Amino acid sequence: MSQVLFFLSAIGAITAAVGVVMLRNPFYSVLALVGHLICLAALFLLLRAEFVAAAQVVVYAGAVMVLYVFVVAYVGGGEEDMLGGTALRIIGPLFALALAIELCLTMLGSALKGINTKGAPYILGFGTPRHIGKLFLTTYLFPFEVASLLLLVAAIGAVVLARRRRGLTPDDELERRIHAPRPRYTGTMAEGGGIRQELAAAQRAGLSPVETRHREGIDEGAQLAAPIAAPEQEGGW
Amino acid sequence: MNIGWYLTVSAIIFAIGAAGVLTRRNPLVILLCLELMLNAANLALVAFARMHGGEAGQVFALIVMVVAACEVTVGLGMIVAIHRRNLPIDVDELSQLNG
Repeated sequence: MSQVLFFLSAIGAITAAVGVVMLRNPFYSVLALVGHLICLAALFLLLRAEFVAAAQVVVYAGAVMVLYVFVVAYVGGGEEDMLGGTALRIIGPLFALALAIELCLTMLGSALKGINTKGAPYILGFGTPRHIGKLFLTTYLFPFEVASLLLLVAAIGAVVLARRRRGLTPDDELERRIHAPRPRYTGTMAEGGGIRQELAAAQRAGLSPVETRHREGIDEGAQLAAPIAAPEQEGGW
Repeated sequence: MNIGWYLTVSAIIFAIGAAGVLTRRNPLVILLCLELMLNAANLALVAFARMHGGEAGQVFALIVMVVAACEVTVGLGMIVAIHRRNLPIDVDELSQLNG
């Protein structure tokens, strides 16, 4: 049974990998990679790595591939012609063939005794989230923290890289909408605090709103929220 | 199945990924092929973890997945930035760094 499963998922994984490389449309490549990842998760299950298999399906085939699909849909990478003229395109597959043969020779010809066995005797609970989590929070705590820091750096880096740069092509429409004047005292803390009525009373008494605010010592946040110079204008958003 | 079979599959997938990195021109597909290579390494790590009966290899595989996710995020961000500047999405034409 395990042999049938192994060959099914191994052939599926290799076929899907070939599909990733050979398909012309990047969208189909992404879909092939999803199939490849799921086949690989089956192989992980056969190797008793339950948690890694689950993470593979959920994080990789789920989240990362969705990111890929979004970017392919956004960029809309068209079909590319596979047969370019450069020498690398001819040497590349030959190199890959040589690499595969060499890797197989190195790994199978190594003196590792465990390669021709089914592996170490199975301990109950091997590869479960309980064991992996314990390792992550005791022995491998430092790599765990470094990995989380790396994720944070990558998230910030992606935002910085992909954000809309200002200065090259000024987007006047966006600027106008961001700085659109808003009716005074809408959606601010000042309104909730009942200051509007006081200001209206002060205006009726002949003082300008700015002076009133300075006199009453309203904090800076309220001033920022209701711009001083903004003209009294209805119809903003 | 013996561990050697898994290692063979891992080697073949790695070679396929390397061939894709060398031959394709679309950076999106190059990133996909990098994923293939990382996954081949993951498979080898998990197979060795099974061989030794320790879970350190699986922990390493999870860390590799984190690194792959970071690489994908930054790489896709760069592709989106290239697209925004109306540059061709083709690694042969983006050769100003003489790469």
